[in-house]
Amino acid sequence: MEHKLLDKIEIPHDRFEIRLSGSGGQGMILGSVILAEAIGVDYSKNVVQTQSYGPEARGGASKADVVVSTNEIYYPKAMQLDMLLCMTQESMDKYYTDLHKDGVLIVDSGLVKNIPTENYYALPFTKIAREEAGHVMVANVVALGAIAAFTGIVSKEDLIDAVLKRAPRGTEEKNRTAVEIGYAEAMKVKKDPSRRAED
Amino acid sequence: MVDTQRTLLLGNLAAVEGAIYAGMRFFAGYPITPSTEVAEGCSRELPKIGGRFIQMEDEIASIAAVVGASVSGMKAMTATSGPGFSLMQENIGYAYITETPCVVINVQRGGPSTGLPTKVSQSDTMQARWGPHGDYTAIVVAPSTVGDTVTETIRAFNLSERFRTPVVILMDEIIGHQRELISLPKPGEHQVINRVKATVPPEEFEPFQLTANGVSPMAAYGEGYRTISTGLTHDPMGFTTNEPEEIKVKLDKLRNKIMDFRSEITKLRVEMMDDAEIAFVSYGSVSRAVLLAVALARSAGVKVGLVQLYTVWPFPDNKLRDYCQKCQKIIVPELNMGQIVHEIRRVMPPDTEIHSLQRYDGEILTPMQILEKLEEVM
Repeated sequence: MEHKLLDKIEIPHDRFEIRLSGSGGQGMILGSVILAEAIGVDYSKNVVQTQSYGPEARGGASKADVVVSTNEIYYPKAMQLDMLLCMTQESMDKYYTDLHKDGVLIVDSGLVKNIPTENYYALPFTKIAREEAGHVMVANVVALGAIAAFTGIVSKEDLIDAVLKRAPRGTEEKNRTAVEIGYAEAMKVKKDPSRRAED
Repeated sequence: MVDTQRTLLLGNLAAVEGAIYAGMRFFAGYPITPSTEVAEGCSRELPKIGGRFIQMEDEIASIAAVVGASVSGMKAMTATSGPGFSLMQENIGYAYITETPCVVINVQRGGPSTGLPTKVSQSDTMQARWGPHGDYTAIVVAPSTVGDTVTETIRAFNLSERFRTPVVILMDEIIGHQRELISLPKPGEHQVINRVKATVPPEEFEPFQLTANGVSPMAAYGEGYRTISTGLTHDPMGFTTNEPEEIKVKLDKLRNKIMDFRSEITKLRVEMMDDAEIAFVSYGSVSRAVLLAVALARSAGVKVGLVQLYTVWPFPDNKLRDYCQKCQKIIVPELNMGQIVHEIRRVMPPDTEIHSLQRYDGEILTPMQILEKLEEVM
């Protein structure tokens, strides 16, 4: 069908759109808030964070979007993702089609097995959190470290500052370690894609 | 210059900031998704500044406590969502007839009944106007961004104090749960209006005195004035009445004190309407999708604009007619089955084509859906 208007419309690329998705309890919403705060340290950028979740406290699909632009952000939700993090197979299946063709896909390789593309980054965030950072709960923070490395949307230092502002007392070192490991592991994968980490 | 006030703020907490800026020092509420962070924010902030936060046993008690605090001289607020808003209606009606300033925030979710606790909706648009039974005139304001939420909350308190009436702030799940980087207003940046207090000697005081602008000076309980708050229809002394002429005077007062100043109460955002042939009219979060759709359509050469209602009620009949007079077509996007569209049909000339664009599946209308509708009606 021919569209006299819609065919002329191009979504302007003055927005960088990020989605963190997984299951309720994996800290996707908190992760998106920390990411938005870290990016917001740069005064030239506008940031909007939104979320979508079910009525359950744990379980159920959970997603959070962060939209970044140097211009006024009219529409607060993501439209074509520049980066998608999937921490469950369900979120992979549900949101992959929202990813822009040049967008960056990042998955938890321990939890997401069926990936409909060859073009992605995979790290076992949950396993790294449990075995190397000291607690499974910081898997989202490990993922944030990796996002900083893969996208460059935020510096590691700004991210650590934002994480520590939100970290409950006594968990600072675990959280700092989580960012450092996520960042370092992602840099290894980024430099040498053939090292795509196995679970 | 570095603006040290810039902060990533949640919409619901922006309402708390605006309310405290406006002088709110009493909050009573019963937490309900998606409004809970308003109560949480008040519970954290009010004790620090000498205010009072009470979590009540339910929403009926919450609005009752708010009315009680206001007649005792405080600026008072509650926040809820659909199911709680329904429960509050009887005492909101009591606030209308006792002419008690207070602010009620409704962060809308899907309904009816328990409905969709975490999903967006604008389906309480008519309830905000017609919730309590009886004749009265409601003031309802609607922000669409986190920044708006601060300023519209300040405005809601100012209108409430100026006109001695409850004011409803219609938010929704997206506005309440989105975070944006904003600069909080500095002291003195916004005007703060306080209710007119009684100054006459106590023996001359009439709690519902008839005045030129319809607003009666108010005395708080305990200040030495004999005052009264009854839900029965009353005369200027506050005594119940069954006299037809006194009844009409009271009901006219409830309407005229607001409608005589409608042009000062209504507030619109008007974007690209100068040469627009097609207009969108919207309020709340969906306006943000419309703004992007309008910008994209303009870049494709379509003469289209937006009128956004910051004041939903009283409805801005004259201003809307003026801004849209050159438009043959109006599209009204709403996150409901078509509510405010009927007001636009009532106001516009009968030869204007008016199209309702509805979404009521718990999600926001996207810019592309809005553009599809635009293409359809072009």
